[in-house]
Amino acid sequence: MLGLNKADLRLYVIVLGLLIFAPFIMNPFPEGSGLAQFNGGYPDLLQKLVIFGIFAVGFNILFGLTGYLSFGHAAFLGVGSYAGVWMMKLLTMNVIPALIVSVLVAGLLSVVIGYVSLRRSGIYFSILTLAFAQMCYSLAYSVLTPITGGETGLTLSLNDPRVLGASQTAEGNIPAPHFFGLEMSSSATWELGAWSFTFNIGYYFCAIVMAVAFYLAIRLFRSPFGLMLRAVKSNNSRMTYTGLNPRPYALAAFVISGMYAGLAGGLMVAMDPLAGAERMIWTASGEVVLMAILGGVGTLIGPILGAGVIKYLESIISTINSTILHQWFAFLPDGLENFVVAVIYPFVGKGWHLTLGIVFMLVVIFLPGGIVEGGKRIANLFRRKRADDSAQGSASAAPKPGE
Amino acid sequence: MEAIILQILNGLDKGSAYALIALGLTLIFGTLGVVNFAHGALFMIGAFVAVTLNRIFNLSFTVIDETRTDFLGNPMQVEVPYVEQWFGAETGAAIIDWSVPLAIIVAIPIMALIGIAMERGLIKYFYKRPHADQILVTFGLAIVLQEIVKAFYGANPIPTPAPDAFRGSFDVGQLIGFEPFAIVYPYWRLVYFAFAAIVIGAVFAFLQFTTFGMVVRAGMADRETVGILGIDIDKRFTTMFAIAAIVAGLAGVMYTPILSPNYHMGMDFLVLSFVVVVVGGMGSLGGAVAAGFLLGVLQSFASMSQVIDLIPGINQVIIYLVAIIVLLTRPRGLMGRKGVMEE
Repeated sequence: MLGLNKADLRLYVIVLGLLIFAPFIMNPFPEGSGLAQFNGGYPDLLQKLVIFGIFAVGFNILFGLTGYLSFGHAAFLGVGSYAGVWMMKLLTMNVIPALIVSVLVAGLLSVVIGYVSLRRSGIYFSILTLAFAQMCYSLAYSVLTPITGGETGLTLSLNDPRVLGASQTAEGNIPAPHFFGLEMSSSATWELGAWSFTFNIGYYFCAIVMAVAFYLAIRLFRSPFGLMLRAVKSNNSRMTYTGLNPRPYALAAFVISGMYAGLAGGLMVAMDPLAGAERMIWTASGEVVLMAILGGVGTLIGPILGAGVIKYLESIISTINSTILHQWFAFLPDGLENFVVAVIYPFVGKGWHLTLGIVFMLVVIFLPGGIVEGGKRIANLFRRKRADDSAQGSASAAPKPGE
Repeated sequence: MEAIILQILNGLDKGSAYALIALGLTLIFGTLGVVNFAHGALFMIGAFVAVTLNRIFNLSFTVIDETRTDFLGNPMQVEVPYVEQWFGAETGAAIIDWSVPLAIIVAIPIMALIGIAMERGLIKYFYKRPHADQILVTFGLAIVLQEIVKAFYGANPIPTPAPDAFRGSFDVGQLIGFEPFAIVYPYWRLVYFAFAAIVIGAVFAFLQFTTFGMVVRAGMADRETVGILGIDIDKRFTTMFAIAAIVAGLAGVMYTPILSPNYHMGMDFLVLSFVVVVVGGMGSLGGAVAAGFLLGVLQSFASMSQVIDLIPGINQVIIYLVAIIVLLTRPRGLMGRKGVMEE
């Protein structure tokens, strides 16, 4: 179905299910309970999870397939955001044109950067993309202030000359981004006993975009083009000897992944119409690398998992402060309680990046395949055990003759 | 003319920092073949060694000074730093004043230990793995180190002054025959430049004139052969990593009066130093130093107001532009050797 083989189709259905039921899955604890802290079912976070998922899937098309490690992908995200906001300022608050322009502009920029950077490979390529991204960041921050808003960032204002649609609503507010009338910020809440689930238009819009983007990524991974990219990764020079020029393939992968990043940037402003230069700083590019690595580079689902885990933990762990910790460990004797809190405190709240760094190092050192490989190892462990059990069972039940 | 000389001085200064960090990076590239994204963090740690020492020297206790009274007529409470108590008021004040240069003495063993711990504890396991993995793990380490520093020292920059003797400015122009006050330059920046020159000279001399350096250079050229000759090259490479860490740390210590240390200064300098290394040619020590000074000077020229008026924003992007142009025209960098980091 859909041109996918059985395993891919199953994976795709799982992802679709996760996307559709995310408001339930991310909200497992009843409202008001002590564990409600860990609920991530609010629209802001769900949107972020999906948007960074798209970003990471796009990044994976470049890094996972071709092995080119770009340290400048946030530039495309940032450029996409700026393009999206400008589209909303000038044309319409409908998100579709904004997304299209975001993707196109990011694509154009990635053609330029990719064309230059891909002349070199390995560490040189990483440094070149890093240099380009920092250049974009500096420009957006300083010279291009009329276009980018410089330090303050680019926001909508009440006197935007919007061609289609009013520049302000009847109440004198800035109109909200919408999809043919469906406002991104509107959501419905479903109270079910102690639980309350929020269904947000913006989230489901992002989820549909993600579903399409992920489908395209699967098709790309399984296409002859994807095979070509893997060939680039496994042995570039051998590919050259067979008479193929690898550079156009790598460039195409670079541009496609740049467009994914632009799409993510466009979605960001569709949810919240503002763009700032800090989205493009090189550590932001590092973040998407972390996501892909944490989830599992080169696998289909890995980057989505990685993005989900990082963004979820970022939102949850960084809100834990010492008061909450003291509540949790209140059952311990006083001295021990203070000690435990003092030990944990540097790793939560403002210190969340420390946790991220440590987890990331552990993953790179011990689990280069990321979460996906971890899952496989655990699954193998169980499978082997079961296989052993059944082997033993059959052996004891009916010993074969001649053994 | 005065303006040009001033810009060259400015550039040499920034270039010194770039060159010192890039020198360490190149040492690690050349000897161990490792791409160390945590090198900026070492620079930052050096700076915070100076900050810490300054704080320790300023630790004080309160005494009641009977000879002075406040406006209510009560005896005044005075803070007396411990060092003043132990070494006498005058020597104590001098020690506090000279905390930054004194930090060099403390920083050398600390940086060496950190370097050895890093190499033995982490980097060692990444020699055989792809460069991408090395970048990633050291990037993670850089985040961890920077967050630890942030947890202890907070996110705000911490001003740490240079000794009183080096505060103020020096009339460089008069020395070389210009009008008085034509070229006035802060003392400490001149000290930094001189210091960088000494450190760079020392590293080169060490590699050039000692047996140890000779072996290391041989190891850079062909690691296996040196190993076959029965030399424990691993131990020497660990030492080289420690030396690179010391160089980065000292660059940080001495830079503190110029730029108040903050927790992300390492990341800020890291990108530029990588660009410097790539422009200079990966694995070439001379290239790293030359490119460091070159880019520093170019950057300060680009930030002259006349140039900015001509090409707006050039000061922000000049380094990256140069890097891109150099890489496209001379893929190995200005002084790169064949076969280093070319897969």
